[in-house]
Amino acid sequence: MAFEHDSPLVQDADETNERRPGTPRRGTGFLDEPLTLRTTPSATVGPYLAIGLTWPDGADAVAPGTAGEIWLRGTVRDGNGDVVPDAMVETWQADPDGRFAHPDDPRGSATTPGFRGFGRSATPGGEFAVRTLKPGPVPDGEGGLQAPHVDVSVFARGLLDRVVTRIYFADEAGANATDPVLAALPEDRRATLVAQRTEDGYRLDINLQGDAETVFFAV
Amino acid sequence: MTGTTSRLVLPRYLQEQDGQRTPVAFDGYRSTGLRAPLRTPVDLPHRLTEITGPVLGEDRVTAGDADLTLRAGGEAQGQRIIVFGRVLDSGGRPVPGALLEIWQANAAGRYRHVVDNWPAPLDPHFDGLGRVVTDSLGRYEFTTVKPGAYPWGNHHNAWRPAHIHFSLFGQAFTQRLVTQMYFPDDPLFGQDPIFNAIPPAARHRAVAGFDLGRTQPDWALAFEWDIVLRGTEQTPFETDDDGDVA
Repeated sequence: MAFEHDSPLVQDADETNERRPGTPRRGTGFLDEPLTLRTTPSATVGPYLAIGLTWPDGADAVAPGTAGEIWLRGTVRDGNGDVVPDAMVETWQADPDGRFAHPDDPRGSATTPGFRGFGRSATPGGEFAVRTLKPGPVPDGEGGLQAPHVDVSVFARGLLDRVVTRIYFADEAGANATDPVLAALPEDRRATLVAQRTEDGYRLDINLQGDAETVFFAV
Repeated sequence: MTGTTSRLVLPRYLQEQDGQRTPVAFDGYRSTGLRAPLRTPVDLPHRLTEITGPVLGEDRVTAGDADLTLRAGGEAQGQRIIVFGRVLDSGGRPVPGALLEIWQANAAGRYRHVVDNWPAPLDPHFDGLGRVVTDSLGRYEFTTVKPGAYPWGNHHNAWRPAHIHFSLFGQAFTQRLVTQMYFPDDPLFGQDPIFNAIPPAARHRAVAGFDLGRTQPDWALAFEWDIVLRGTEQTPFETDDDGDVA
């Protein structure tokens, strides 16, 4: 007997997928595997991203004037070593207590006043800049700690999907030495993720290609 | 509660299969040559930083942002359209309160941007910027004009099919999506490397559907486009070492 349904989800499902929502199952009456809708494919942000993605307060992962504010800066370069002047860099991080401004942080959302934890910067002349606070160590979920770090997305014309990397801090050598993400990398590539101290914060360049290609992550 | 609760069971965001998502690089799209990383990306297990993300919503939207046809005191030129749909995760759950940022060319195919200087007219009443937030059922809707196609320098006589750029955050760093929505049956699809970079099995998911039922008589055509972000394998909770839910 034909199975009939009127779930709107079914219309969007991949018809070749036997596990599509609404598929009848024998036995328990429960779906014992996850529902699956195929995700929307990404596309490049293109050269005109400034029209849609410019925020006056984009650079402010923390409110200006907050005690302890620092600037994270760096230059984005392509495979020729030329600067990439039309990229967008986004950052996401914990506050100095290691907490995120997000309801899914199981320890409770960050309470640092004025802390958003998210920064968005264009790259005029190739350079991004985000005003923030230095993050604290973050639990690794297995009883240990991750070194202070910032998750980074880079979008640009010529990238059909974002590329993801992290920023660590050179003056956290002890924490960096035991960080599970850094430890999983070949030793000679770890330095591409470690920002150096500057007068007003830290600097880490992002090399999309080349001998010093930044470590990028699949998330 | 004991110290053992420091073991966190966190949601794990499902990754789309390779043949179903856009690769970072594509041979026919020239700009990827010097920009797309050449090394294989390193797997990053999902921990707290990845399963959280910026919470952005109505605070980023101002009145009128959902209607791109009324700007600078006048009405934009072009075919008026309504674009609507739902934002869901791959488990079929609506994503409520999600910020969508959109941008597009005007009806003549010209962007209001300093590096777009091909000889098509700018429209004083169209800036090409829209923002909306999904409702409690994950629905969104905005009013705009249908963007024109435009030439670009990728190859001889290259034209971009009409498209609208979309940017979404979802609720976690892993769900971040920047993409482009296309219109049905565009004759320019075949020669466009950005469209064709999408694996064949996934291309239809980048194309809106025409919906006669949602057109507004004597006013506007309507196109429907659902957006699906990555969903989670399980919901978050804490366990102690015996595996009991704390």
